[in-house]
Amino acid sequence: MAEVTLIDALTMAMAWELEHDARVVILGEDVGVNGGVFRATAGLQQRFGEDRVYDTPLAEGMIAGVSIGMATQGMRPIAEIQFMGFIYPTVDQIINHAGRFRNRTRGRLTCPMVLRAPYGGGIHAPEQHSESTEALFAHMPGVRVVIPSSPTRAYGLLLAAIRDPDPVIFLEPKRIYRLNKQEVEDNGKALDLDVCYILREGSDVTLVTWGAMTFETMKAADQMSRSGIRCEVIDLASISPIDYDTILESVEKTGRLVIIHEAARTCGVGAEIAAIVAEKGMYDLKGPIRRVTGYDVVMPLYRRELDYMPSVKKITDTIRQTLDD
Amino acid sequence: METIADFEIQYSQFLGPDGKPSADMPEFAKDPEALIDLYRQMTETRVFDTKAINLQRTGKLGTYASCLGHEATHVGIAAAMQEDDVLAPSYREYGAMLYRGVKMSEILLFWGGDERGSDFRGPKGDFPFCVPIGTQCLHSAGAAMAFQLRGEKRCAVSMNGDGGTSEGAFYEAMNIAGARKLPVVFMVINNKWAISVPIESQTASQTLAQKSVATGFPGIQVDGNDIIAVKHWVERALQRGRNGDGATLIEAVTYRLSDHTTADDASRYRKKDEVEDAWKLEPLLRMRSYLTDLGVWDDDKEQQLLDEAAEKVDAAVQEYLNTPKPPIEAMFDYMYEELPDFLEEQRQQAIEYGDTNGGKHG
Repeated sequence: MAEVTLIDALTMAMAWELEHDARVVILGEDVGVNGGVFRATAGLQQRFGEDRVYDTPLAEGMIAGVSIGMATQGMRPIAEIQFMGFIYPTVDQIINHAGRFRNRTRGRLTCPMVLRAPYGGGIHAPEQHSESTEALFAHMPGVRVVIPSSPTRAYGLLLAAIRDPDPVIFLEPKRIYRLNKQEVEDNGKALDLDVCYILREGSDVTLVTWGAMTFETMKAADQMSRSGIRCEVIDLASISPIDYDTILESVEKTGRLVIIHEAARTCGVGAEIAAIVAEKGMYDLKGPIRRVTGYDVVMPLYRRELDYMPSVKKITDTIRQTLDD
Repeated sequence: METIADFEIQYSQFLGPDGKPSADMPEFAKDPEALIDLYRQMTETRVFDTKAINLQRTGKLGTYASCLGHEATHVGIAAAMQEDDVLAPSYREYGAMLYRGVKMSEILLFWGGDERGSDFRGPKGDFPFCVPIGTQCLHSAGAAMAFQLRGEKRCAVSMNGDGGTSEGAFYEAMNIAGARKLPVVFMVINNKWAISVPIESQTASQTLAQKSVATGFPGIQVDGNDIIAVKHWVERALQRGRNGDGATLIEAVTYRLSDHTTADDASRYRKKDEVEDAWKLEPLLRMRSYLTDLGVWDDDKEQQLLDEAAEKVDAAVQEYLNTPKPPIEAMFDYMYEELPDFLEEQRQQAIEYGDTNGGKHG
């Protein structure tokens, strides 16, 4: 079994699916010979040919629109958007078409496609390369939003996304593309969508997070454990739809909830989780729900980007406040 | 300085507004029966359109976009297509949709506020009505990409208006179609008006056909009120696509004789004289005149056609009016292949609170 990084795992998943499903094609900017700016598609064009893995002209709305057109006619496109900051021209196509085709035609035409994009800060990237705007897509009916947090999860969730009969926005935390390696068996086994994953069991406080923030959150949980505090850490993974059952069961056990995300706070996905727990788990709570998030400001350029993002200290301080309530 | 690129745009018309041939007729147009069939389709479309407006005026249909004046363009495009080609319409191309087997009652259902109107019983692969302007051009390029990848001899056709040529999606779709030699035909239906904005405010381009020049494939302008020209050139364009020669843009010049929709009043922004002049160019009259000159058409046949069309339309109207509202839960049941757990609770709520808003709509 190979030890691979998150980005290697994505490449493996796409290669598996290209190999096993003739309907699968990859398209995007620089995904061909160059293998993508982060090398997620490295070697795939050489292996599967220009028909299956190809560079498109530079127009993101077009990439989404033609992917939709292909998907409705029986293909399984995987489209890459180079950075989250360039994803917004696709919004017209995603909200007006990808998320609507099945419904508006009563199931006659469907849209099984994946739109992949790296997201999040922490890699010293230029302006408009570091935002976390997953909540925009979580607000759109008819599409799934999925974020992996490890090589294992990246492999299994991307396979699941490609095989899903409905459109999936697959957002990749680029800060952890090469942060660590895991043994990932290249066996074509998909993980379940629409569920979250418990990274660490605990009984004192529930920490819900996703993407790269799982690393800071796990570190925070480690530090807390030295003071005898047992944190349960949940990797949300499925940003839309959200697996509320697992979160509510955890909160029933711990009575305390802290949500950690890199994205700005207002109307973030954390707000929705907090609202649902308030609606359905209020009487299990021993204190207020807290959020540790990015600020409601424009993401700073990289000299200050780390100060925008939640730190381990900010997470542990918030956990302590929550336990003191 | 030297000229390093040059282009010219051809214009084609076979049947003039006076009903007289203005060029040598293409082969298919030498068969009067074929022309009668096209005339019949155009007439049925107009009868349907007139009825739909009446339904809206009497409160039996929502806002409706009339296709008055576009019949030759719409029917001509579909008549050129093969059954397994795919059409990506905008929202007023009923002549094309009906020809391809969409039911009149389905069109009425769509404008009557019912998603089942886009669940075509006929052309299963055709795209539904597309309201966000120009976005369907990308779907036709994508469909063409699917056909090309699978090695199928099929083409996609999108229908976009003059206003739609200002949209990025239109150019982006043509650009990739050029770059990848996709089997797609971009129809630009230039009816001179995008709601209240005339073509002169839309672009300084001399023709819309030349918009293809920058994307590397041919564009041609045809008289969109001459169904023979439309059918002929769309057939040629489709053949190009099927032969692997790539995309074509066809600008069909016609005129929107109606308001933009039933919610619009075109007299606010355009001159009566202009509309009166446009009526002199309309597509049905010239074909009727030509068929009469050929000795294959007369007033009796015309009356019989109108009666039959009215009967057909009335039956469709009855089918539409007799279609009960969709069940409340249908708004949930086609969101995903399988309903995610979190939507189940909302679905139950919707059923429980169904009709508590009075249920007056529809």
